Amino acid sequence: MMTSQHLILRVVSKILIPLILLFALYVQFHGESGPGGGFQAGVIFAAAFILYALVFGPENTRRVAPEWALSTLMATGILLYLGTGAASFLFGANFLEYGVLGADFVAGQLLGIFLVELGVGITVAAVMITIYLAFAERQG
Amino acid sequence: MISAQLPALQVILPMFAAPIAILLRRGKLAWMLALVVTWIAFAISLVLLFQVLDDGPIQYFFGGWAPPWGIEYRIDALNAFVLVIIGAIGAAVLLFAGPSVEKEIREGHQHLFYALVMLLLAGLFGIAITGDAFNVFVFLEIASLASYALIAMGKDRRALTAAFQYLILGTVGATFFLIGVGLLYAMTGTLNMADMAERIHEIHDSRAVLTAFAFLTVGIALKAAVFPMHYWLPGAYAYAPSVVSALLAGTATKVAVYLLLRFIMIFGADFAYVALPLGATLAVLAAIGILVASSSAILQNDAKRLLAFSSVAHLGYIVLGVGLGNDAGVTGGILHMFNHALAKGAVFLAMGAVMLQIGATHINKLKGLGAVMPWTMAGFTVAGLSLIGVPLTAGFVSKWYIVTAAIDRGWWPLAVVMVVSSILAVFYIWRIIDAVYFSPPGANTENVKEAPVIMLAPLWALAGASVYFGIDSSFPASVAGKAAAIVLAQMP
Repeated sequence: MMTSQHLILRVVSKILIPLILLFALYVQFHGESGPGGGFQAGVIFAAAFILYALVFGPENTRRVAPEWALSTLMATGILLYLGTGAASFLFGANFLEYGVLGADFVAGQLLGIFLVELGVGITVAAVMITIYLAFAERQG
Repeated sequence: MISAQLPALQVILPMFAAPIAILLRRGKLAWMLALVVTWIAFAISLVLLFQVLDDGPIQYFFGGWAPPWGIEYRIDALNAFVLVIIGAIGAAVLLFAGPSVEKEIREGHQHLFYALVMLLLAGLFGIAITGDAFNVFVFLEIASLASYALIAMGKDRRALTAAFQYLILGTVGATFFLIGVGLLYAMTGTLNMADMAERIHEIHDSRAVLTAFAFLTVGIALKAAVFPMHYWLPGAYAYAPSVVSALLAGTATKVAVYLLLRFIMIFGADFAYVALPLGATLAVLAAIGILVASSSAILQNDAKRLLAFSSVAHLGYIVLGVGLGNDAGVTGGILHMFNHALAKGAVFLAMGAVMLQIGATHINKLKGLGAVMPWTMAGFTVAGLSLIGVPLTAGFVSKWYIVTAAIDRGWWPLAVVMVVSSILAVFYIWRIIDAVYFSPPGANTENVKEAPVIMLAPLWALAGASVYFGIDSSFPASVAGKAAAIVLAQMP
């Protein structure tokens, strides 16, 4: 679509996109000890895709983010969250009581929060990309 | 071990089913999953109800954090009863859903439809079961967002405007609710309902608490479609897919009324009924709403729209019962939540069967259907009698409670309103009965067959329950009585 023009935009966004993705992962994995977390990371991660779609068009974006992959990721993220919560059932604890998941209480809480936030991040990223593409691909 | 986790599973199972339904990608598979999960949820709600009746309130601490810091699920007779209503209607409607959804929702959307239905049920269960005021808001949004999308999936293009209208008003309602909860949090420093109820007594005359009460009441009344805030309801129920109409008519507004009762309990019945004129306000609004909605129902030409207006009227009965504020009134209101859910669920299911067979619910198109769809229409008639409140049907029992409560309080005009509206109900139900049984069949009802058994079974289960609980209402009435006692505990 726009690939023949907007040289500066194309080059700058190609430089920026990997950095945005990396920053999203940083926000994801340092969420419990710094600002951020799964939701913010998911939005930043999706921002990279949206920037790509803005510059290179939704058709190209669909090649890396097809509908089936996005809907699968959306559902998987929630399942990861719920599954982490339900995993504590196996240890005879209440839902989301992930203190029991690790060797000790703190390790279990860390693991639980990590998995839950990962689930949030995956779902939020997939949903943001889906919402953007749903509008961008609308005909007329 | 598993029995200790039942309160969590009540909400989590449908919530699990939603993303799995998306992953299944097949309408049929998603239906089977949703069906199994809903029946398990129904069973759980029954077990919880009997546990509560035997051993008193159940508490469940999320993540093992004790209240008031953590989120607590707290089940007493009041919300256990609401859980059973949601579970029963959900179980019946999902059994019915298979053929109906196959016809009304396009193939690529069916699994998403079931995912949304599961989210709706998870949200409704969550609102009812949680003991945390902010958690209520979260579940309220889950249920509402799911229902906006479900209504918009209706075949009729007007479903989109109806869903949008509901979206705007529903969001206003949810925002008011949140403002109310926020103010209460600021004043009491807690979100746990039981804790809140304890602390709120000392600060009853604070203006912030009054404001919170006003915001909560108006927000919840919007969600419950209390007159004059019912405007979103007829369109939403009329143009939604048949399955969604039946599900929402049986559950969504009832859950909102439950919230009203719960917050009356938190503020204390003495505060709501004695210090403030909540009872009289609700009773007057309900009475006007009953008359206006019943009269509007008579004027409708679409059977689903007619039944939707009838829903507004019946919500009026429930709210009237709550407004009366005495034992019989609140008992009758809670009982009517159950009885109306059964009857209205059944008539909307009958309309769903009609929609499946002839593709329309306009009253003119229903002519002569009694001959070709005898079982569907007989079920409709039985449930219709319960809507009117004919003796030996469940509708009669709860109306009787409310009428006696009105007379007890000396509010005679309200008893008259109840009687007049029952006569109006005869008229609007008769309009459908007349078309179905006493009009010459139209061209569109030739070659029409009876609905499949899988749709008739839940329809008759609900209609049959309407008659059963009309003849022997001791069980639901005793639970409703216990629930009313919880609400009115602070009554002087």
